[in-house]
Amino acid sequence: MSILAAESPNPLIPPVGEIIIGLIAFAIVLLVMFKFVAPRFEQVFRARREAIEGGIERAEAMQAEAKAALEQYRAQLAEARTEAAQIRDQARAEGQQILEELRTQAQEESARIVARGEEQLAASRQSVVNELRGQIGALAVTLAGRVVGESLEDEARRRGTVDRFLDQLDGMAAGGSPDGRTGSSVYAPEGGR
Amino acid sequence: MTSSALERGSVLAVESDPGGGFVAPGLGEFYPEPVATFSLLGVDFEITRITIILWVATLAMIAFLVASVRKPSIVPGKLQFVGESGYSLIRDGVARDVVGPRGLPFAPFLASLFFFILANNLMAIIPFAQISPMSKFAFPLVLAAICWVLYIYIGIREQGAGRYFKDILFLPGVPKPMYVLVTPIEILQNFVVRPFTLAVRLFANMFAGHMLLVVFALGATYLFTVGNFSAVFGPISALMAIVMTFFELLVIFLQAYVFTVLMGTYLNGSIEAEH
Repeated sequence: MSILAAESPNPLIPPVGEIIIGLIAFAIVLLVMFKFVAPRFEQVFRARREAIEGGIERAEAMQAEAKAALEQYRAQLAEARTEAAQIRDQARAEGQQILEELRTQAQEESARIVARGEEQLAASRQSVVNELRGQIGALAVTLAGRVVGESLEDEARRRGTVDRFLDQLDGMAAGGSPDGRTGSSVYAPEGGR
Repeated sequence: MTSSALERGSVLAVESDPGGGFVAPGLGEFYPEPVATFSLLGVDFEITRITIILWVATLAMIAFLVASVRKPSIVPGKLQFVGESGYSLIRDGVARDVVGPRGLPFAPFLASLFFFILANNLMAIIPFAQISPMSKFAFPLVLAAICWVLYIYIGIREQGAGRYFKDILFLPGVPKPMYVLVTPIEILQNFVVRPFTLAVRLFANMFAGHMLLVVFALGATYLFTVGNFSAVFGPISALMAIVMTFFELLVIFLQAYVFTVLMGTYLNGSIEAEH
């Protein structure tokens, strides 16, 4: 080659030996790259991708879990609300029922009290009427006897005239109005005038 | 500036101009004295310092790659991060995005191309080596030839021989009379120009880069020793050598990447039918 160098060799015509040396050198690089370097790099890239994707997947799973929990809480809350509403309705209905019962009880009680009062009133009126009837009879007989000038008492009693008269009076009064109106008609003229 | 370059420069200077004027470095730069020569099966092998640089660069790159994946972890260390960035640049940027969805199996090959060219190119500016083996045409040629065989083989494998060659000979969507023009261009383009430009682009860039550096470096040393007023230009020449070294760094990465991306586009053409 030293001769060539001296004779200004053509740099575009390479010697065969150099080509072979270049081939061998590149072949070694290829071998190492294919057998060792590239697989390792690919392995690293894969591991990294998996790590990132795994992280994303984990985050997604967590999010889904949180979402499910939220849904569950919401469902429970809604359930509790409906339950509360039901209880409230029920309580209201029960309260109304109790109120109704109490009202009927009170009405019954008041009716009973009123009835008893009326009975007492009727009884006391009857007793007053009976008493008055006796006194009026006696007074009327006494009055008539004084007017006539003799004692009519015995005879009047004997014949029961006064009683009959009073009964007739009663019967007349009963034909006009059923009860105390007789008394009131008796008293009223006096009170009015 | 290399010791052998200096030697050769001085030798040439003495030879051509005994008076001692500056003689620009020539092609001798790329043909250093062999360290050893031997013949194997009728092929002459010369072990020169460029050959040794090739081996050093290759082994260093392999050592770096192996070290960067020796203990792979999801959270990369510094070394792994650097190796991984380089590999991802080719795997994602070229194999996946340029070659296409079915390009990932080519990632190791493309990455090998990239790292091999990069390591050898870097020798252009590493002190005491300061010449890229890629400035010897044999090495880019080897790579281009491998690429040439590979993309034609992949084209035949993926599309079938008939379809692959028919699409190249008769480009679809071209009016029939135009085939007179298009067919020879396409044949030349696919089977001659592509591999040749691939090899020459890389070779010429590294070759020219080295020549530039050597000219400025040798110029600086000459101007410093010339002994007259032109010594004031010495620092300028030295500065230019340094500036050009940084420019060379750019070229080193760019050429390694361009070679790989172009191979990616050729593979893409082979995998996906022309539309």
